Amino acid sequence: MKLSNRVLTRVGTRGAQRALGWATLASLAVTVVMGLLVVPPDATQGDVQRLMYVHVPAAWLAFMSFGTVFVASIAYLRTGRIQWDRIAVASAEIGVQFCALTLVLGSLWGQPVWGTWWTWDPRLTTTAVLLLIYVGYLALRRVADSPTRRARWSAVIGIVGFLDVPIVHMSVVWWRSLHQEATVLRPGAPTIAGSMLATLLLAVLAFSLAYAYLMVVRLRVGRAEDRAAGTVLSTPTPRAQTPARVSAVTVTRSSRHA
Amino acid sequence: MTVARVAWTVGVKDLRVELRSRSTMSTVVPFAATMLIAFGFALGPGRTLLLQTAPGLLWLAALFAAVELFHRAYLAESEGDALEGLLLAPVDKGAIYLGKAAAAAVQLMVLLCITTVMVVALFGLPLGERPALLLLTFVLGVVGLTALGSLLGLLAVLGRTRRAAVPVLVLPLLSPVVIAAIRATDLLTRGGNHDVGGWLGLLAAFDAIFLASGFLVYGHVLED
Repeated sequence: MKLSNRVLTRVGTRGAQRALGWATLASLAVTVVMGLLVVPPDATQGDVQRLMYVHVPAAWLAFMSFGTVFVASIAYLRTGRIQWDRIAVASAEIGVQFCALTLVLGSLWGQPVWGTWWTWDPRLTTTAVLLLIYVGYLALRRVADSPTRRARWSAVIGIVGFLDVPIVHMSVVWWRSLHQEATVLRPGAPTIAGSMLATLLLAVLAFSLAYAYLMVVRLRVGRAEDRAAGTVLSTPTPRAQTPARVSAVTVTRSSRHA
Repeated sequence: MTVARVAWTVGVKDLRVELRSRSTMSTVVPFAATMLIAFGFALGPGRTLLLQTAPGLLWLAALFAAVELFHRAYLAESEGDALEGLLLAPVDKGAIYLGKAAAAAVQLMVLLCITTVMVVALFGLPLGERPALLLLTFVLGVVGLTALGSLLGLLAVLGRTRRAAVPVLVLPLLSPVVIAAIRATDLLTRGGNHDVGGWLGLLAAFDAIFLASGFLVYGHVLED
């Protein structure tokens, strides 16, 4: 916990954020050049296949984001520290973006290659379901009235929702499908040309940096939000004087299991 | 008290309340029936289309009615401030969850059976030659729906505005269970010797995952 606090403080500084932002931009730029100009087009699919360099990293990052929500949710329920909740919501928002991006890009790829925008393939369907779950997660957060309740309930959804992710991966094995088999993360040598693989891994790095940058910015916004809410609630207003609200704020600001 | 004992006490209590008041069944059964009639209107009187879609309509009607059922399972608790009692009881909160879920599952099973009779009568769905497997599909599906429904139903009553968010969450979280249950029911009612092992395995996996996670996290939701 102390180490994670130190890391968060370190990456939370303005300089670190700026460096992360520039690294993201630079790696994305190199990915664009590599993916569009350097790497040869696919033998059968042609230029359309270049969508892979954004589609696949977006999908991986979406899963990673939801994984982070899962871990942060468990950590919140175990420790009751509000910073875990801030990490969870930041990651969920970014994950929803990446997940939506995955579906849109996949749809654009599917039209020329499979001849359809959408197919009820298990992996597509489950990814859409995942997106809906985390949209629901964010919806639940908006209607909760106390910060503690919001954090605790969304943590429960963050845990339950993520347990859907294994189904996504296993569905490829369980059902025969139109979707191409996993090419990189599987036993044996990847069935992909070296330069293509390099570009793909570079794209994954660029997307991961983008994720880290967005996380850091979102965490700062989260801290500012909590601080703002704290100032408002510490000066008593008629609503803030109701016992439920006051206790919620006190619980949030000190840790529950000190 | 042991977990099983607490779960039994809570479950039997819930069923006794329902047997005496019949407040849940008197709402959700007509609701499911209305939905089936509405599906009939939407898909037209053509017999073939209705027959093809019947397994899906059966589970959809059950699912929508189940959302109401899960909400009502906690409504009585929150109205009489009985939730405070559950919260203060010196027992494992997970056991309370199992009890509530078991009672809801029994009610949902009754609802599903009534809905099935209606689907058979209205849409002419044959029940196939493998009734044991069909019953297993029903049981696994009902357990899957209830495992999550009993957890989310609690969110629906613990505050004023929260009910709106629950259906948004229930449908996507439960959709894999519904898909598997519909496909298995479809294959079993179609006749012939289709393999449903994969779908039933999926249902069983979901049941296990969500029952276990519900058991573990229930205390955190109730703790408020």
